[in-house]
Amino acid sequence: MNKTVNQRAWFMVLPVLLLVAFSAVLPLMTVVNYSMQDTFGNNVFFWAGLEWFEDALRSERLQNAFGRQLMFSGIILAIEVPLGVFVALNMPKKGVWSSLVLVLMALPLLIPWNVVGTIWQIFGRVDIGLLGHAVAAMGIDYNYTQDVTSAWVTIIVMDVWHWTSLVALLAYAGLRSIPEAYYQAAKIDQASRWAVFRFIELPKMMGVLLIAILLRFMDSFMIYTEPFVVTGGGPGNATTLLSIDLVKMATGQFDLGPAAAFSLIYFLVILLMSWVFYTVMTNLDKRDAK
Amino acid sequence: MAKITLDALAHSYSKKPSGPGDYALKPMQHEWADGSAYALLGPSGCGKSTLLNIISGLLRPSEGRVLFGETDVTDLPTAQRNIAQVFQFPVVYDTMTVYDNLAFPLRNAGRDAGYVDARVKAIADMIGLTHRLPRKARGLGADEKQKISLGRGMVREDVNAILFDEPLTVIDPHMKWELRTQLKTLHRDFGHTMIYVTHDQTEAQTLTEQVVVMHDGEVVQMGPPVELFERPAHTFVGYFIGSPGMNVLPARVAGHVAHLGGVEIALSRRYAPAEGVEIGVRPEFVTLSEGGAGLPVKVLRVEDVGRHKIVRAEHEGRPVNAVVSEDAPIPAMADRMSFAPEAVNVYAGGWIVDGESAS
Repeated sequence: MNKTVNQRAWFMVLPVLLLVAFSAVLPLMTVVNYSMQDTFGNNVFFWAGLEWFEDALRSERLQNAFGRQLMFSGIILAIEVPLGVFVALNMPKKGVWSSLVLVLMALPLLIPWNVVGTIWQIFGRVDIGLLGHAVAAMGIDYNYTQDVTSAWVTIIVMDVWHWTSLVALLAYAGLRSIPEAYYQAAKIDQASRWAVFRFIELPKMMGVLLIAILLRFMDSFMIYTEPFVVTGGGPGNATTLLSIDLVKMATGQFDLGPAAAFSLIYFLVILLMSWVFYTVMTNLDKRDAK
Repeated sequence: MAKITLDALAHSYSKKPSGPGDYALKPMQHEWADGSAYALLGPSGCGKSTLLNIISGLLRPSEGRVLFGETDVTDLPTAQRNIAQVFQFPVVYDTMTVYDNLAFPLRNAGRDAGYVDARVKAIADMIGLTHRLPRKARGLGADEKQKISLGRGMVREDVNAILFDEPLTVIDPHMKWELRTQLKTLHRDFGHTMIYVTHDQTEAQTLTEQVVVMHDGEVVQMGPPVELFERPAHTFVGYFIGSPGMNVLPARVAGHVAHLGGVEIALSRRYAPAEGVEIGVRPEFVTLSEGGAGLPVKVLRVEDVGRHKIVRAEHEGRPVNAVVSEDAPIPAMADRMSFAPEAVNVYAGGWIVDGESAS
């Protein structure tokens, strides 16, 4: 094909460039600006160079929050992905039940984050919450405001409750796209249930599943509202995930410089992780095509 | 390996069939001999795939039973029937190599590695995929994928039957011949019961000794190709098999004569007098003449198809065809057709009427 060269076409993207500049680039640059300066108030700023970044990288507080964050994302992925796939495999394939189950599954996804947090905050309370009271009545030492394990279990169960549906619905969509002939061939070939899953269902679900993992990873890595509403990052700093720590630093302590450096590192980490995911995903595709 | 019995078998997709029209398969009683090859021939939607899926157990018949040998397998799931089936469109396990694809049914059956290896290599050689064995099945072309499907169907030696559902549709013509020959060899060597669904009459006739013609949910005739050709049991068989199909003309019969309007056609058998029947005669048994006795026709055109010519004509608006050998002259003003008496069959309501042989 012959392409005509027309430099004026650049003007066509100008509106988008402007929009993106105002909505993303300029705010980001403000943060970059803060991250390299220091102030003692009165709107007087001093050049600080990379000092805040060095501090942040060396700071034990940030490292701990990062560790907790990785643990949180790791645990919820390890639970939600297999559970979501399991649920999808057992969802009815057609009929009224299928629609009903789809609606039920979608419900948790429609609830706003802070409402989910509030629900679980109350649900888990030992004094008035159904869950908390029941668990405590069974003789289990459960109190998410004082006990680290209880707090972690609560925010993980809450996330699983909120987001497993997403994985399940995506996996379900992947499963529905498998032609009946594959199942028939597997029956003819006397394949076991496990072999059907391993060689038919899993390969066909792989694409949507990777998207589900990427979405859940990014989302959980940035999670703020739900654990904040339930535990407020406590007890102590036990559930202070990266976002919670960042907000504490930026608007609680008003340490704008360190917080700005922190958020840039945070941003770069997410970018890096997403890039790794993307590369792995596309390479899996390529490898399979060979 | 086993004889397959279809006992009072019928299938309807609707829960409460109210009439014959609701049946995808009309009640049938058949016994298919162990080790024979059958071709199920019929147009799309005649129920041949339904029948195949019932035999393999992918579909449970709404009425009747399926028996392998003496065992009732009607309620047995597919996996326990030990049967192989190849579908019309390729089904391969994308993430597996070609080798693993072929080995899959054997491994599921718990065969040891040495046997699996020998068998896979033999099959790969047969379908011409030896050089592809180590690569992933994903990304292969449709015909290579279909060869894998075929190979997977043939890899087990101990199956009760191998069912083919138009397996060569996506294969290119040159390879079709080769694979057809391979299938014949396979059948000769191993003696599996083979059921081969197709809508291609040439394929049906070259591949198997028994052709089962299906029409509108029933088996209209079952027999060797030559019988289908010479004595179609139903006008549909006459029309569907042969190119062009059998000429069918409304007539009245009495004794040794059929009357078409004012024309008398000689019959080789004797029939009880009947009105509103049809006579059928293959174009191969029609001769053309100029004037004289015979059925008056108007020749429309002559098609030269290589080894013979097809004369398309009509009698009172109904098409009548004749097949004339390439070197035989066609009279320039041909306007009569006569039929070889022993090739004329009589049909009532579509079904053949048995006449008494001339004595």
